Amino acid sequence: MPIWGCRMIEALYNFFIDPFVRMAADFPIFFAEIVISGLLAGVMYSLVALGFVLIFKASGVFNFAQGVMALFAGLFLTGFMNDFGIPAWLAIPMTVAVMVATAWLIERLVLRHLVNQEPIILFMATLGLAYVLEGVGDLIWGSDVKLLDIGIPSGAWDWALDSVGIYVEKIELTAAIVAAGLVIVLAYFFQYTRIGRALRAVADDHQAALSVGISLRTIWVIVWSVAGIVALVAGIMWGTKSGVQFSLSLIALKALPVLILGGFTSIPGAIVGGLIIGVGEKIAEVYWGPVVGGAIENWFAYMLALAFLLFRPQGLFGEKIIERI
Amino acid sequence: MTVAPATDSPVPDTVTEPILSVNNIEVIYDHVILVLKGVSLTVPKGGITAILGANGAGKTTTLKAISNLLGAERGDVTKGSIIFKGDEVQALSPNDLVRRGCIQVMEGRHCFEHLTVEENLLTGAFTRRDGSGAIQADLDLVYSYFPRLKERRTSLAGYTSGGEQQMTAIGRALMSRPDMILLDEPSMGLAPQLVEEIFEIVKRLNEKEGVSFLLAEQNTNIALRYSKYGYILENGRVVMDGEASALRENEDVKEFYLGIAEGARKSFKEGKHYKRRKRWLA
Repeated sequence: MPIWGCRMIEALYNFFIDPFVRMAADFPIFFAEIVISGLLAGVMYSLVALGFVLIFKASGVFNFAQGVMALFAGLFLTGFMNDFGIPAWLAIPMTVAVMVATAWLIERLVLRHLVNQEPIILFMATLGLAYVLEGVGDLIWGSDVKLLDIGIPSGAWDWALDSVGIYVEKIELTAAIVAAGLVIVLAYFFQYTRIGRALRAVADDHQAALSVGISLRTIWVIVWSVAGIVALVAGIMWGTKSGVQFSLSLIALKALPVLILGGFTSIPGAIVGGLIIGVGEKIAEVYWGPVVGGAIENWFAYMLALAFLLFRPQGLFGEKIIERI
Repeated sequence: MTVAPATDSPVPDTVTEPILSVNNIEVIYDHVILVLKGVSLTVPKGGITAILGANGAGKTTTLKAISNLLGAERGDVTKGSIIFKGDEVQALSPNDLVRRGCIQVMEGRHCFEHLTVEENLLTGAFTRRDGSGAIQADLDLVYSYFPRLKERRTSLAGYTSGGEQQMTAIGRALMSRPDMILLDEPSMGLAPQLVEEIFEIVKRLNEKEGVSFLLAEQNTNIALRYSKYGYILENGRVVMDGEASALRENEDVKEFYLGIAEGARKSFKEGKHYKRRKRWLA
């Protein structure tokens, strides 16, 4: 290898790898804290990305309204709890019912009329849907910031702080556990149940699914309901963390790089993608932020996504493109 | 219209009760393109009936009109009626029709590529409510007809060969416990030996399981060997129909669909004569 090649690799190593090795050796606690907080933040992104994956898998539609659905669910939940004083254990099933009804209405009023249209037309429809849902939510519950407290403990996890000296937010830990549970349930549902199999069949070939007697309408209602429930979970977690407000719908934008990284069709991809983005962001901020004057946490995810689009457009876990010759 | 010189009964279809009858249907795509201009046909219970014709004659459209898959392609049955097991079925959704026992195997296989062969077969049982025991028994039945699928049950359907995909598609349809299968172009893209194998299985399914078949084929030769009755479609009209054996002996069919010319090369004039006669028949 020519000299400049060695130098290049050395420079890359110094820039990308060396800081971690040294940091992990010299300040293990600080390093661990950053990685853990990155992982936990990543789980929150994953929760939103999951909803996208579900709908994309089953109908090939990129649902722009997924973020708004989280806001919508959050608004109904806080509305039920704060305005009517309904306890959380009852308010949550009620919100689930609202999301299922919403899914039914969406199929009835939007999707049914757009069967066999181009994906871009369906995408535009979800764009419109985002504004409708947002407007309805505002109209019913008002646009002020609402506090959401369903009893998830907040603050630092004392045990970790006392014994290891690492600061871990309880809410983020809860989100991680909930997300893990959600993924296990969804993976089982998709892989082993009759409906899950039908969902994958529809994702593969609409026409063939119709021909074997799978009703697309039923499948769509189911998949939008499940996405609605996932949105509710995301809404609860984000709402508890930073209040239910309009900006909640913007987390959808953060889910985009997660999807590109993980692959639009993979549930594990959404989780791993979220974790990579979460950790990547935090680490980038700490190590490379100072080089370019800081605040790279906001755009680092998008840069990473761009790199992925260039080299692996189907994402880490995207469906293999089967080509027979 | 019936060309049946070899048989003495003029309308052999009506001897047994028809499972499917299509009466004078017209199909229009996108509100303007008239594709079927009055097609009528019947399939007797337990029969194998073939729709023959060239590309664009309307074979696939006829099958899709029956299975109600036209809606997804902006097609519409504007005239006529379709009667399956005594009931009009035009207004039913495809899944209702599957539940009643009529299922289509689409042209070009259309397997679910990212599902395994076995999962593909199981999707065929989606409309059934008779429990996993019965479904498992039928799965074994399908494997007994297609032993090759059992070997490949865990591979993704997208990675299997064309013949195996065609078998998967037929097996998947069988899993719905149909009384009738609409089979669209089963020979497409397959080696002659495989085509023979597939048709042999169709014949066995017909005899042993009592499934009626309506198949659309371009391969006139093999279709007429395995079916009992045939309809020839041209430009959205039935131009000829009859017992398969009679059609095989018919001079025009021989020349234009089987590629067998009697004696010397026919002249252009005689070709024109056939065209003129065809128009008159229609």
